[in-house]
Amino acid sequence: MNERVNTPFNQTHAAADHLDLLEAEALFILREVIAECRHPVLLFSGGKDSAVLLHLAYKAFHPERIGCALLHIDTGHNYDEVIAYRDRMAERYACQLHVRSVEDSIRKGSVRLRHALESRNAYQSVTLMEAIAEFGFDACLGGARRDEEKARAKERIVSVRDEFGQWEPKNQRPELWSLYNTRVALGDHLRVFPISNWTELDVWQYIQREDIELPALYFAHPREVVRRGDILVPVTHLTPAQAGDTVETISCRFRTVGDISCTAPVASSAGNVADIIAETAQCLLTERGATRLDDRASDAAMEQRKKEGYF
Amino acid sequence: MNAPSYVTLESQFDETVQPANSGLLRFITAGSVDDGKSTLIGRLLYDTGNVAADQLAAIQATSQKRGLAAIDWSLLTDGLIAEREQGITIDVAYRYFATSRRKFIIGDAPGHEQYTRNMVTAASSADSAILLVDARKGVTTQTRRHAYLAHLLGIRELVLAVNKMDLVDWQPAVYQGIVDAFNAFVSALGRHHVQAIPLSALNGTNVATRAEAIPWYHGPSLLEYLEAVPARRDAERAPLRLPVQRVVRVMLGNAANGANDKEFRGYQGTLASGQLHIGDEIAVWPTGQRARVKGLHVAEQSLAVASTDRAVVVALDSEIDISRGDMLSNAIQPPRVVKTLTADMCWLSEQPLQSRVKYLIKHTTRTVNAFFEELSYRVDVNTLDHQATPETAVMNDILRVKLKLQQPLLVDAYVDNRTTGSFIVIDPASLHTVAAGVII
Repeated sequence: MNERVNTPFNQTHAAADHLDLLEAEALFILREVIAECRHPVLLFSGGKDSAVLLHLAYKAFHPERIGCALLHIDTGHNYDEVIAYRDRMAERYACQLHVRSVEDSIRKGSVRLRHALESRNAYQSVTLMEAIAEFGFDACLGGARRDEEKARAKERIVSVRDEFGQWEPKNQRPELWSLYNTRVALGDHLRVFPISNWTELDVWQYIQREDIELPALYFAHPREVVRRGDILVPVTHLTPAQAGDTVETISCRFRTVGDISCTAPVASSAGNVADIIAETAQCLLTERGATRLDDRASDAAMEQRKKEGYF
Repeated sequence: MNAPSYVTLESQFDETVQPANSGLLRFITAGSVDDGKSTLIGRLLYDTGNVAADQLAAIQATSQKRGLAAIDWSLLTDGLIAEREQGITIDVAYRYFATSRRKFIIGDAPGHEQYTRNMVTAASSADSAILLVDARKGVTTQTRRHAYLAHLLGIRELVLAVNKMDLVDWQPAVYQGIVDAFNAFVSALGRHHVQAIPLSALNGTNVATRAEAIPWYHGPSLLEYLEAVPARRDAERAPLRLPVQRVVRVMLGNAANGANDKEFRGYQGTLASGQLHIGDEIAVWPTGQRARVKGLHVAEQSLAVASTDRAVVVALDSEIDISRGDMLSNAIQPPRVVKTLTADMCWLSEQPLQSRVKYLIKHTTRTVNAFFEELSYRVDVNTLDHQATPETAVMNDILRVKLKLQQPLLVDAYVDNRTTGSFIVIDPASLHTVAAGVII
């Protein structure tokens, strides 16, 4: 069941038109924030969505260089090549790069882990809020998409957070036409999602069209994994094989690149963007459903974390 | 008054008509709680292969847990904790699906008590509106209210989705009665195109595929209609409007990697309407100064012509003083430069309007101070009657107002231009968006 009655939406004139419209919408939003906010920052993790956002920021400012800094909240659990990619991109676009790490928050005592190997993903919120206070950012531009998750589908493109970083789904500003209200009181800040209306497939089509560089993890490569239910857990220093596990080497790629401890690869032989587009168009699992170990805890795991200031 | 036009029951759906030149359609769905809106959206997503296996498994499991005999599609769209607890939809959500012909963005507005403001919010960016009616109940107050709001927000493409037709044995007379009642109502509002479709969202009849078993209906399925209906592109033929978002200046080594110029001055903005060609003479408002277009760019790419909705950088042949909030137009069809506004407005906030308070008006890229000089009348959205001279406005009120502005705005009527004819009202104390306005 659930077979597609239609062929994938791609490779047509219409597709080119819809990417133009999504791009124009994102450039407009970026320019509004750049023009109206005092001290915006672009959250850059080295993932595909933030790579697209960085490229859009380049286009929004051009011919000026990108006029805001990049901020990465480093959990300390990132793949080395993502960190290298992050640094390379900051250099390519001549952007100032601020890195704040969860490790520092642990040292300060504002983050307390339950055990040493616990996923640090949720704790990024604490470090992010500390960085926002430290630099006095009034807007954080991020690459979140509404199609990722049901709670995200309800969030505004321009979303107000208080000093605790809380998102209040019941008290959002209505968002009409393309008239974005970017005003915030002192101490509050905005989270702005210029690619809210993009889907995973749009992101890949745009990466192809604009020839955007990504970390190699996104493309098929051989990797040691352990199967836990329907999820492939990569064998790493943070997620080692347990006694009795069968370690296999398979061809796989990451659909989402985040914390090592909570992102899983998918079996794939897609070695280039065109292959990934074909695979994404046919895929029957959502990005998060296939790959995240942390959203499965409950129906509302994402909403709960967003209320606590999660990005 | 504009003459109404709509497709009648007998008319054939013309399959030879190509989809409009747009790969993206934004539409809203409206209907009251039990009319089957969530079921319809769920059905559309499912039948077009846009429900992922993990999502389907999750809602199947929850439906089963609750002892339901069929899948509760509202679980697909109602995502928030409070919504699940109370079984209601809190706020506008945006859904995405695609077919081989088009991509769609659904503005899913809840049908509950906060209907007016949510509907206005969702409708502001929509090309088309699906108004859902329960075949057993026919056209209700809610249907008329939603049609009126869609009309107010300038949506001319309406779908009257007559749902639950299976429960009235697909009787053509029932359907025709509803269509006639609806057409009588909307033709009084103004010019629209109405496509009526009899369907059953629960069974998927006439949703994604056409039901051959209903011999008296020759129109499209809902999906066929959505794939073919033109997206709003009338802005392309309207006079040029380009609100300036930002002045871009390359100097002192701030050029992007790959940018050619060491020194450059240009204006960034999105074309709200019309087209811009190299060599065009333009006027800059509010001053009215003239210049010619020397360059049009999207990053490194140079364009000979920029069309509506493109986000561009414009270079001019003469140094004139232009700032954010100014507007470029073609030389002979300028916007109105006004210091007073007459508008229809929907009050969105729980805090009532305070007539002696100064509010902020955000219109295109310009924000100005304003007073409400007059509240002319309130529209009863149920009867469409006018109630004269209200004292204040409360949440969900639709009012005709007169505003006095501290600085001029560069406007068109909303019926002529959705971008230069719309504004929001911001409360300078709470910083909330408290109202939405369409300029008369």
